[in-house]
Amino acid sequence: MTQAQDRGPPFPQGLTEPAVIQFSQTGSICTASARGQWTISGLAEPDMALRHWQPEKTQKVVFDLGTLARQDTAGAWILHRARRDLRSKGIDAEYTNVQSEHAALLARVGMNDQPAAIEPPRSGTLLMALSEIGRGVSEAFMEGRALLGFLGLTMATLGRTIANPSSMRWTPLIYHMEAIGLNAAPIVALISFLIGVVLAYQGATQLRQFGTEIFTVELVAISVLREIGILLTAIMVAGRSGSAFTAQIGSMKLNEEIDAMRTLALDPVEMLVLPRVLAVILVLPMLGFISDMMGLFGGGVMCWLVLDINPALFLQRLHEWVPLAHFWVGLIKAPFFALMIGLIGCYEGLQVEGSAESVGRLTTKSVVEAIFMVLVLDGVFSIFFAVIKF
Amino acid sequence: MRDASKIESVISIRGLRTGFGDHIIHDALNLDVFRGEVLGIVGGSGTGKSVLLRTIIVLNRPLSGTIRVFGQDMANLSATERLAIERRWGVLFQNGALFSSMTVAQNIMVPMREHLALPDALMNEIAAMKIAMVGLPPDAGAKYPSELSGGMRKRAGLARALALDPEIVFLDEPTVGLDPIGAAAFDALIRDMREALDLTVFMVTHDLDSLHAICDRIAVLAEKHVIVAGGMDAILNCDHAWVREYFHGPRGRAAVQANR
Repeated sequence: MTQAQDRGPPFPQGLTEPAVIQFSQTGSICTASARGQWTISGLAEPDMALRHWQPEKTQKVVFDLGTLARQDTAGAWILHRARRDLRSKGIDAEYTNVQSEHAALLARVGMNDQPAAIEPPRSGTLLMALSEIGRGVSEAFMEGRALLGFLGLTMATLGRTIANPSSMRWTPLIYHMEAIGLNAAPIVALISFLIGVVLAYQGATQLRQFGTEIFTVELVAISVLREIGILLTAIMVAGRSGSAFTAQIGSMKLNEEIDAMRTLALDPVEMLVLPRVLAVILVLPMLGFISDMMGLFGGGVMCWLVLDINPALFLQRLHEWVPLAHFWVGLIKAPFFALMIGLIGCYEGLQVEGSAESVGRLTTKSVVEAIFMVLVLDGVFSIFFAVIKF
Repeated sequence: MRDASKIESVISIRGLRTGFGDHIIHDALNLDVFRGEVLGIVGGSGTGKSVLLRTIIVLNRPLSGTIRVFGQDMANLSATERLAIERRWGVLFQNGALFSSMTVAQNIMVPMREHLALPDALMNEIAAMKIAMVGLPPDAGAKYPSELSGGMRKRAGLARALALDPEIVFLDEPTVGLDPIGAAAFDALIRDMREALDLTVFMVTHDLDSLHAICDRIAVLAEKHVIVAGGMDAILNCDHAWVREYFHGPRGRAAVQANR
């Protein structure tokens, strides 16, 4: 009765018996009679029965289709395949009592008996793993080179734009500054405040064991100003805006808008890349500043609540013991991080090809790559500042 | 065989009203689709041909009116009942709408895999057969949609629409974007599939050659409803200005002559 449920209310009325195949032997002739509805929803059983059927001591097999109630291409296929396999074993196999409306379909299915590949071929797992590693390494190098080339291209375009300022796209620049900066300010501020709170609380708990909880001020200030404020902001912007660059430019690429620009003698780097990269470079230091201030604010609030260090004392200690250099070390990194995020976001967007899936894949890649590069750059800066003792 | 069942209406639309916001697209639209016929829907741009198709296949909700498919009112069905009806039709979207993360063969197997409990070997065989039926080469099965040409993508989309042997097939502008040879081949394929599989075909099209070559009846959408529905002769004799311009314009005359 499952047929009735599977196929919905029967149309035309009646005829809901399941697909059945029965075998009977008379002398050297074997008869396989098909009954019921041979439609795709109920074929698992007859398919198995016919697939594993090995007629023995039989010269001739007859498929009796006289009581077949209904048949679709899948039903016809199973019968055709069974007959074909028997014939290939040298057994004479025929249909009999074929109803007129089934004959055409059986013939049609027979005409379309052609194996087809389901998936692209795969090589062995070990070999595949090795070749994947190799491909990954070589792609990483190629990507690094291409990114350097893209940096050069963007810089050259920037140089041209500076030489000829009227070609600068101001509206997109302002638009992107709003999208990347202004719209991100609340979330950056909130997260930085919370990180300041957490740092101060953790620092206070640990330092109290040594009776040096007053150093919590320095702990919070130096870590927020030098590293955490700007790093947190850069990671936020990479996730928020780097991904948006890739998705926007990627969709435009899919829609052939980039090609259209080229044919209209417009430079996509000037139109799309430069405003985004410049916007993120201009805006990231500002966001970093907000982050620094909110981090200190959060730390200050926590110091007041937990350690009874009132705001005046906090500020005084900050002023006396935390040199301004820490603030500059943090902020000076911002434009470099921004350049990385903007370049990678735009570059990956321009790599989109073929399908929507590629947009998704490259967006992920751009965020991961941008965050990774920001952290690498941060390490390089740490070494640099340590060497020059700043 | 088709003549005997021609009176049977598989889709019947009565008093359909659709629209988005203030913009009414269809009003008091009546239409019947009879079993076994190829019905072509024509109309100017923006007359809601695709909206009509999408409304029948429940992708759009009508404002009012009834749509009966296989005699059942689509608005009053439970989810399982609707699923049962949905499995009896197949849809070919304009660009094939193949799932881009799967190969052609995997695309064809999606409806079988999701709705039926069939052995993998049988599904592979059926997919291979459908690929052959729609005239794709065997190596197309392992290709991803982005590796196919527009015509091949449509054939693959048709194969997926036919995966469960539906009774009705909806085609949204099947020959758009195909060259004339490819379009004629696709027309032949649809006619061929209709003969072989006893399909009812609901086709939105602008292609005058398709209308002449494969449609049994044509319904013309204008002024928010079907202004005329019938065979080519009835359409050619219609006095409505748009219909005259469409079918008696230079392209219309050329198509008439080519198919005479």
